[in-house]
Amino acid sequence: MLHHFSLFPQEASTIAPQVDALYALLVGITVFFSALIFILIAVFAIKFRRRSELDRPADVHAPIALEVAWIAIPLMICMVLFFWGAHLYFVIERPPENAIDIHVIGKQWMWKIQQPNGRREINTLHVPTDIPVRLTLASQDVIHDFFIPAFRVKQDVIPGRYTTLWFQATDVGEYHLFCSQYCGNQHSGMVGTVIVQTPEEYQAWLAGVTPNESPVVNGARLYGSLGCGTCHGVQAPTLAGLYMTKVDLAGGGTVTADEDYLRESILDSGAKIVKGYPAIMPSFRGQITEEQLFDLIGYIKSLQNPANQINISPDRPLTPAINHAAPMEQDNFPVQHQEAPAKGW
Amino acid sequence: MSHAEISSPALQEQFDDAAQQKDAVTLGMWLFLATEILFFGGMFMGFSVYRQRYTAAFAETAHHLLMWYGAVNTAILLCSSFTVVLAVHFAHIGRNKAVISSIIATMILGAAFLCLKGREYYIEYTEHLIPNTQFVYGTEQKERMGIEVTQEEKDHPQTAAFAPQARIFMSFYFMMTGVHATHMIVGEGIFLWLLITCLRGKITPEYFTPVEICGLYWHFVDIVWIFVFPVLYLLHY
Amino acid sequence: MTTLDHIPDILVEDDRNTYLNISHKLKSWLLTKDHKRIAILYLIAITLFFFVGGFFAAMIRLTLLTPRGDLVQAETYNKLFTMHGVIMVFFFLIPSIPATLGNFLVPLMIGARDLAFPRINLLSWYLFMIGAAFTFSAIICGGLDTGWTFYTPYSSLYSTSNVALAVTGIFINGFSSILTGLNFIVTIHKMRAPGMTWMRLPLFIWSTYATSIIFVLGTPVIAITLALVAVERVFHLGIFDPRYGGDPVLMQHLFWFYSHPAVYIMILPAFGVISELVTCFSRKPIFGYSMVAFSSLAIASIGFLVWGHHMFVTTQSAYAGMVFSFLSFLVAIPSAIKVFNWTATLYKGSISYEAPMLYVFGFIGLFTIGGLTGLFLATLGTDVHIHDTYFVIAHFHYIMVGGAIMGYLGGIHYWWPKMTGRMYCNWLAQVSALLIFIGFNLTFFPQFILGYMGMPRRYHAYPDEPLWQVLNVMSTCGASILAIGYLLPLTYLLWSLKYGDLAGPNPWKATGLEWQTLSPPATHNFAKPPIVTQDPYRYDIGEPQARVDLSIPVH
Repeated sequence: MLHHFSLFPQEASTIAPQVDALYALLVGITVFFSALIFILIAVFAIKFRRRSELDRPADVHAPIALEVAWIAIPLMICMVLFFWGAHLYFVIERPPENAIDIHVIGKQWMWKIQQPNGRREINTLHVPTDIPVRLTLASQDVIHDFFIPAFRVKQDVIPGRYTTLWFQATDVGEYHLFCSQYCGNQHSGMVGTVIVQTPEEYQAWLAGVTPNESPVVNGARLYGSLGCGTCHGVQAPTLAGLYMTKVDLAGGGTVTADEDYLRESILDSGAKIVKGYPAIMPSFRGQITEEQLFDLIGYIKSLQNPANQINISPDRPLTPAINHAAPMEQDNFPVQHQEAPAKGW
Repeated sequence: MSHAEISSPALQEQFDDAAQQKDAVTLGMWLFLATEILFFGGMFMGFSVYRQRYTAAFAETAHHLLMWYGAVNTAILLCSSFTVVLAVHFAHIGRNKAVISSIIATMILGAAFLCLKGREYYIEYTEHLIPNTQFVYGTEQKERMGIEVTQEEKDHPQTAAFAPQARIFMSFYFMMTGVHATHMIVGEGIFLWLLITCLRGKITPEYFTPVEICGLYWHFVDIVWIFVFPVLYLLHY
Repeated sequence: MTTLDHIPDILVEDDRNTYLNISHKLKSWLLTKDHKRIAILYLIAITLFFFVGGFFAAMIRLTLLTPRGDLVQAETYNKLFTMHGVIMVFFFLIPSIPATLGNFLVPLMIGARDLAFPRINLLSWYLFMIGAAFTFSAIICGGLDTGWTFYTPYSSLYSTSNVALAVTGIFINGFSSILTGLNFIVTIHKMRAPGMTWMRLPLFIWSTYATSIIFVLGTPVIAITLALVAVERVFHLGIFDPRYGGDPVLMQHLFWFYSHPAVYIMILPAFGVISELVTCFSRKPIFGYSMVAFSSLAIASIGFLVWGHHMFVTTQSAYAGMVFSFLSFLVAIPSAIKVFNWTATLYKGSISYEAPMLYVFGFIGLFTIGGLTGLFLATLGTDVHIHDTYFVIAHFHYIMVGGAIMGYLGGIHYWWPKMTGRMYCNWLAQVSALLIFIGFNLTFFPQFILGYMGMPRRYHAYPDEPLWQVLNVMSTCGASILAIGYLLPLTYLLWSLKYGDLAGPNPWKATGLEWQTLSPPATHNFAKPPIVTQDPYRYDIGEPQARVDLSIPVH
C-alpha cells in the first residue's frame, strides 16, 4: 500500500517495509486520536457555547471508570508500540552472520568507503541486492551519521570507536546517502549516492579496478613495519585466533575481543590490560590512520586460521599512499581544522 | 499597612512571622544544596564511567596524587566543620564573642585548606601533570623532571601506555578539586559577611538563622570533599 | 465591556496606587523587589529575545525556499539555526511562563505578599540579563555554529566560533533558573494563605511547582556539562576528547539529562495556564483535579529518566534503548490524561470564545498532534529512520511552539488585564489566535512529511527531489503568516496600555485569588490577607465571593 504513495520514500531494503508497517500503525493511531480530540472540542464548543451570562453549569464528577479507561487504553496502545518497536530495533541492530563487510570512514565532509576486496570509493557506495551488507563505521574527526532513507537505517559515526550498520538492499537503483548528524560547515554537502546493483553486476564492478592490495595484505605489511610481531606471541598475548574470543583483564572482568576492543588496544593500549601480561605496549595513537587501522584489524581477524599468517619483514617500507597524515593526527589542534572542503569537491 | 505587624527587626516584610521566615530560609538552603549535589553529581558520574572503563590506568594515575596533602586537608576540613558547629551552638546560647572566634577559626582553617591545595597544584604543575599542552606522563615525565630513567624502564615503558587515560584522570582531578576550591573561596566570602554581621551585633539567641544557614553551606562543602578525597586519592586498585 | 457592568466605579478608577504607578523612576524598576515588577522586567526582556530568535527563524525559512539555499552561505546558515535554537530555548522558552506569569502569579494565587526571597528574585533577573549579555555578545562577535546542543567534539575542538563565550552565558543563565525555581518551591511550601491547602492550589501552581523541581535538580547538570565543554575547549582537558580516550557521547548523556526535562520546563507551565483558562471560559471546575495535579508531578519525575531516547542511534546498547523507550511511553500517559481531562471539562460547560479560549483550543489541538507524533520517536524501530530529520523538527515545534507558546500567549491574554489594568481589542486577539493556528500548521505540518521522506535537519541545501521544494515553500509561506500572528499581539497589547478599556478586578469572572484583588494590584497584592475556604474553580456555585475586602489599600 504505502510504497505506492509518493509522500513516502521508496522502500529499497528488507527493513523498509517493516518500518513502514509500524509507521502506518502510528499514523493510524495519530489520526484517530487527533480526530477524536478535534471533533470533541468542536462539538463541545458549539453545543455547550455560552447562551447567557447567568449560565452556571453544574460540576460533572469524573466517573472512575472513565478515568481508568483513559489511562489503561493509551497504556495498552503504548505497550503494543513499545514491543513492536523494540522487536524491530533488534532486527535493525543485529547484523546477520553472513553479511559482507564494508568499511566506511566519515570525515569533514566526505564519506570514504572501502569494499571487501580493497576497492575504495568516495561518497558513493556500491552494494549488491539480496545480500546482507554490514558497514563498520569510523569517524576521523567529529560525530557524523550515516543515513540512507530508502533503507530506513541510520547510525551515528563516532570518533574513537566503531559503530555498525547493516541492511539488505532489495531494489536496484540509486539512493540518497546523507550525513544526518550536524558536523560543521559543509554538513549538508556530506551527501552521496548508494548504488544498488544485482550481485553479478556488483561482482563485475568490484573486479573492474584491481586495487593495489587487499586490506589483509596491507594489514600484514603494517603488522610487520610497526613491529607488532616482536612482542605479540613472545612477551605479549598472541593474536592468532584472538578475534571474538573472551579476554581476561588485569583489573578483573572479561571483554570480547571484537573490532572495537582491537581498535582500542592498538590506540590506547593502557585502556584494557590483558591479565598476566605487563602493560608494555606503547600507544599507537597519532601514528596510524583510520584506513590503516581497518587494514590492521582486518589482518588480525584473518589470523583465525594460523595457516593464513603472512610473513612480511619489518623493514619493508610502507606504500606512500597510506602514509599521509590525516588532520586528526596532527598535534596542534584545533583551529586550522577548518580547511577548505576536502579534495574532489 | 494593616497586615505588617513587624515583630522583629530582622523580619522581612513578605513573611508573617519569624518562624515562617526561618522555615522558608532553611528550606531554601536545603534546596540550594540539592542543586549543588547535582552540580557535583555530573562530575562524579563522568568520573565513575571512566573509572569503570579504564580501571588500571586510573588506579595507576591515582598514585601520582599527593595523598598526604589530601589527608591533612581532610583533617583540616573536619576541624572546620567542628568550629562551625561550635559557632551555631554559641549563637544559640547567646555567647556572641565565642561565635565570633569560632567563625574566625573556621575561616583560618578554610584558608589553610586553600593554601595547601594551592601548594599541591604547584607541585603537580612542576610534575607536568596539568592536562594542557604541557602534560606528559610515564618515562617522558621523568625525563622532563630531570629524573634518571633506567634502561629497564626504557625497555618496558610500563606507564606510558596509560598516558591518554592519565590525562582524563587529571582532568577530572582538576575539575573536581577546582570546583570544590571555588566553593571554599565562596564559603570564605560568606563567612566574612557572617563575621561582619556578628560584629554588628545582629545575631541574637532569638535570631541566628544566618549562622545556621552559612553553617549548612560550609558543612556541605566539607561533605563534598569527604567524597572527593577517597574517590580521587585513595582508589589505588 | 459588558463584564464591567457590575463593578463599582471606585474599583476601576485610575488614581489609586498600584504596583505600576507607585514610582516611575527607572531606578525604582531596576532595584525593585516586587515580584510583579520583576515579572514585567522579564516580560520585556524575553519579548525582545523572542523577536530576535524569530528573526533568525525567518532567515532559515527564507534560505530553504530554494534547494541550494541561495540566500546565505552554509556557514551563515549554520549560525542562523544555532542562534535561533540557543535564543529560543535558553532565553525565551525556558524563562517564558515561569519567569513572567509565574513570577507575577505565584504569590497572588496563593495569597502571599511576595515570593519568599524577593532580593534573590531580582538577582535571578540580573543573572538572566548578564547571561544574555554574554551569549548575545558571542552572537554579535561572529556568531555560534555548534547547534544548540553543543555536541562534542565539534563544539570542543573543531568549531571556530565563540563557543566558550556563549556557553558561559548559558551557564550564568542556568543559575537564574535555579534561583527562580528555588524561590517558587519555598514560596509554595511556606507562604500559602490560611486555608490554601495543597489540594486547593490552582493547577497553575501545581505545574509551576513541578517545573521548579526540574529547575532545581536538572539545571545544575547542564551547568557543569557546559562548564566542562568550555574548559575542555580552552584548556584541552580530554574528558570528551576521543584523542585521549575520552567519550564524546558522555557529553550527550549529561546534556540530555537536563535538556530533556527542559522540554517539560517549557510545556508544564503551559499545562497550568491551560487548566486555568479552560475552567474559566467553560465556567466549570476542572474535570479530575487531582489527576491533573499529580500528572504534572509524574511528568516531572519520569521526565528525568527518559533522556536516552535522544541517543537511540548513537551507540547505546539495544537494551538501554529498550528501557528508555519504555519510560518514554510511560511519560506519554500523564500527558494524555491531561488532554482528556481538559476536553472533558468542556463537556456541559458554558463556553465562551474570548481570545484566551481560542488559544486554549489551539493549544489542545496542536499539543495532541505534537504528543502523538512523539510516539513515533519513542518507538525504537521508527525512530531509527526519523531521528535527526525534519520529523523531529516538526514534532518538537508542535510541542514548543504549538504547545508552550500557545499556552504562553493564552496566559498573557488572560492575565493582561490583571497585569496592566487594561483590556485589549478582543476581536484582534481572536484574529491573531486564528492566524497563529493556521500559520503554525502550514509551517510545520509539511515538515512531518519531509522528515519521513528523509530530509535531515540542519541542512543548508537539500536534494532537488520532486515535492521537497514544494513542501519547503509551503512551510515558508506558513512562517510568514505565523510572523504576522506574532506581531499583531505586540501591537494591540502595547496599544491597550494607553487606550484600552479599564478592566476592573475580575473581567473574566474567574475564581482565583488573583482576581479578588484590584487590577493592577497594589504593591502588597492584597488589602488584607485572604483566607481560603473552598476548592478552586467553584464556578458552579456562582459568582466569586467577595470574601476578600476589595477596598482601596492604604498607603
